[in-house]
Amino acid sequence: MLLLRTLALLRRIFLIEGIMALALRRRQYDHVVHIDTDSQPRILHYGEDFLLEDLPIGTRVVYPKPPIVGLPNPEAAIRYALHHPLDSEPLHAQLFPGMKVTIAMDDISLPLPPMKTPDIRQQVLEIVLDMITAHGVDDIHLIVANSLHRKMTESEMKRMVGSKIFNAYHPDRFYNHDAEDPEEMVHLGKTDHHEPVNINRRAAESDLLIYVNINLVPMDGGHKSVTVGLCDYESLRPHHEPQTIIDSDSYMDPAQSALSRKCERMGKIVDEHMNVFHIETALNNDMFLSPMSFLARNEDHFSDKDWALFNMTRATLAKLPRTAKRKMFFQFPANYKMIACYAGKTEPVHERILKHCFDQYAVPVKGQCDILITGIAYVSPYNVNSILNPILVQVMGPGYFFNMYRNKPVVKKGGVMILTHPCYDDFDPAFHPSYIEFFNRCLPDTKDSFELRAKYEQEFAHDPNYIQMYRRGNAYHGAHPFFMWYWAENGRKHLSKIIAVADNTYVPEMLGFDRASSLTEAIHMAKSIMGRSAEITMLHHPPIFMSDME
Amino acid sequence: MRKNTKRAKAAAAFYDMDGTLVKTNLVHALLFQAKNQQGVLKSITRTAQITASIPVFFLTDLYNRSVFQERFFRSYKGESEDRLRFLSEELFEEVLKPSIFPGAIDLIERSRSIGLRQVLVTGALDVTVAPLARYLRIDDWITNRLEFVDGFATGRLLPPVMVNATKASWIRTYAEKEGLSLHESYCYTDSISDLPMLSVVGHPAAVNPDFRLRSAALQNNWPVLDLK
Repeated sequence: MLLLRTLALLRRIFLIEGIMALALRRRQYDHVVHIDTDSQPRILHYGEDFLLEDLPIGTRVVYPKPPIVGLPNPEAAIRYALHHPLDSEPLHAQLFPGMKVTIAMDDISLPLPPMKTPDIRQQVLEIVLDMITAHGVDDIHLIVANSLHRKMTESEMKRMVGSKIFNAYHPDRFYNHDAEDPEEMVHLGKTDHHEPVNINRRAAESDLLIYVNINLVPMDGGHKSVTVGLCDYESLRPHHEPQTIIDSDSYMDPAQSALSRKCERMGKIVDEHMNVFHIETALNNDMFLSPMSFLARNEDHFSDKDWALFNMTRATLAKLPRTAKRKMFFQFPANYKMIACYAGKTEPVHERILKHCFDQYAVPVKGQCDILITGIAYVSPYNVNSILNPILVQVMGPGYFFNMYRNKPVVKKGGVMILTHPCYDDFDPAFHPSYIEFFNRCLPDTKDSFELRAKYEQEFAHDPNYIQMYRRGNAYHGAHPFFMWYWAENGRKHLSKIIAVADNTYVPEMLGFDRASSLTEAIHMAKSIMGRSAEITMLHHPPIFMSDME
Repeated sequence: MRKNTKRAKAAAAFYDMDGTLVKTNLVHALLFQAKNQQGVLKSITRTAQITASIPVFFLTDLYNRSVFQERFFRSYKGESEDRLRFLSEELFEEVLKPSIFPGAIDLIERSRSIGLRQVLVTGALDVTVAPLARYLRIDDWITNRLEFVDGFATGRLLPPVMVNATKASWIRTYAEKEGLSLHESYCYTDSISDLPMLSVVGHPAAVNPDFRLRSAALQNNWPVLDLK
């Protein structure tokens, strides 16, 4: 009897310890789990499709934090920010009849995917415009700060600001920035590092420039908003280049980013010449609308309904052509909610907003891995309503996802990155014409960023065809694919190999990747380099997050 | 704007004119001449004749550009050379200049700024083209030329007739003679009939293209420009 009781007690103790050990192993943090024998397979984005993969036992999977609850009354938050700005007079105190006001705003690259209407920009603009017009200001222009990105289409602009504002201001007083219009650019000066600061003339010559920002990743916002969003090619060259990327560790961490430092230097020149009132907002990461919200969660916590919905979605996608799938995905807006809004001088505003961004996006992760796995979805900042072409696949993998860290990369130096995307050879000829030539003409010649910049970048930047397509169409600037290539410079230098799990056989090779036909094969290939006991981490993007490395 | 100093060899930008740089076409010039005949009655008669021929021009152009040109330039038969030249400046000021596409001047300026020679290769008449070419600061142009006997047009064209493949052939000869790199040259047109001309350069582009040229451009990954 005593023996039986002792055995039962021991069993309970071991059971509890076992559960505790399992729990500890699995729940290093809420958003970091380890694959075990009883773990569910993991969902990886694969362009416009999904892969469902059993990962090796011991694989660490990092998830985004759950969405921070949005502000209950965003309008009140915006009004409070305008009336209580940081290091600046309240907006209403800066207004006087007859003054010239320009309102610049982030373009369609933010947020991703476009958010449910009303867009935050619309909410901010409605309040700001009411206030400005009430003070007798008539000379108001609204400019999309698209920099060298493609110009937004009319329907996209209308969706962004709402039909009331659109109808009142478009096309004469609401338009896209044109970095290639020499008449509409003005040189403000040079930094002490000889970086030229050329800015949109209307913005520079206004009595007040109001910038309406949306912050999704820490690279955005701050001085980058004006110095990049409203600049020209010559002003962009000093920091959109490979050495600046190499000098940034990483460019997603403003404190360690040479890109941010250069923008700050240029921003000081802007502040010397212009009166800038910055309105920055931070969003939560509530990316998926209700039926698909499970995609952001740990698969071990999926209900039967979630799995049924996932399997149904996957089966439907398998039957659709790629263009239809893409169109379908872009029909689903994100459910983002505003979690903070500040206004005033650029630097203090950005500092506050960054804190909120990190609260949402920074995920603590302990220890680097040998093999990093990440899925690549259908969207990037540069292909809204368009195709994620091979160069953009590259910018998402060894570019953005590699760089989404603070302190040190998630993967060790010399490690391997595995990304999953079909890597189809498909480009949008209207949005990405110069990408086509870059991919087919430049990459077969060299993949070295410095050589590409020296040999081809200026030619593409000054190509009259690409300039016209940028100015009169909706094309990205001729130099844009080069910037996208430089964006992945640190990933390429840091990693010993990048393996694409892809359908296409030659696109990965063109990008300098190895190719595998399945994730299992890719992991075997990676282990052949990193050893059988290689530590594997999967980043469960999207929603995006930053790994705060310990 | 900077010059591209890295170009190994001189190159050019070749442009078609009608529909590419200006929104008018050959018929607009012909109608202008008809409208400005000596005497009101003659003007009305000629204008009516030309207007009545427009459907025929349209159909023959759809069928074959060479047949169209042959048929079209016959309409000039009997026109005085002096009068055509006399009216050319007026034609430019009243018809062509307002019809220049907004993006055309910018395209030419950008192209010149990177060191490309500017060349017009068009099926329009020399008298029509010259004032426009001077206005756009075009370096060189090749056009169609009417045959005149005793100062009056016969309705025939002098060789080389600028149409379809002859444009491409002329570009090849011109580039060889001038030491231009076709590989680094650009070419712009709006019509599928100029496909041969697009095919001989390294940087072809379809401008305000018709459906057939747009399809060809997309198939070949050529840029499609809208200068309107």
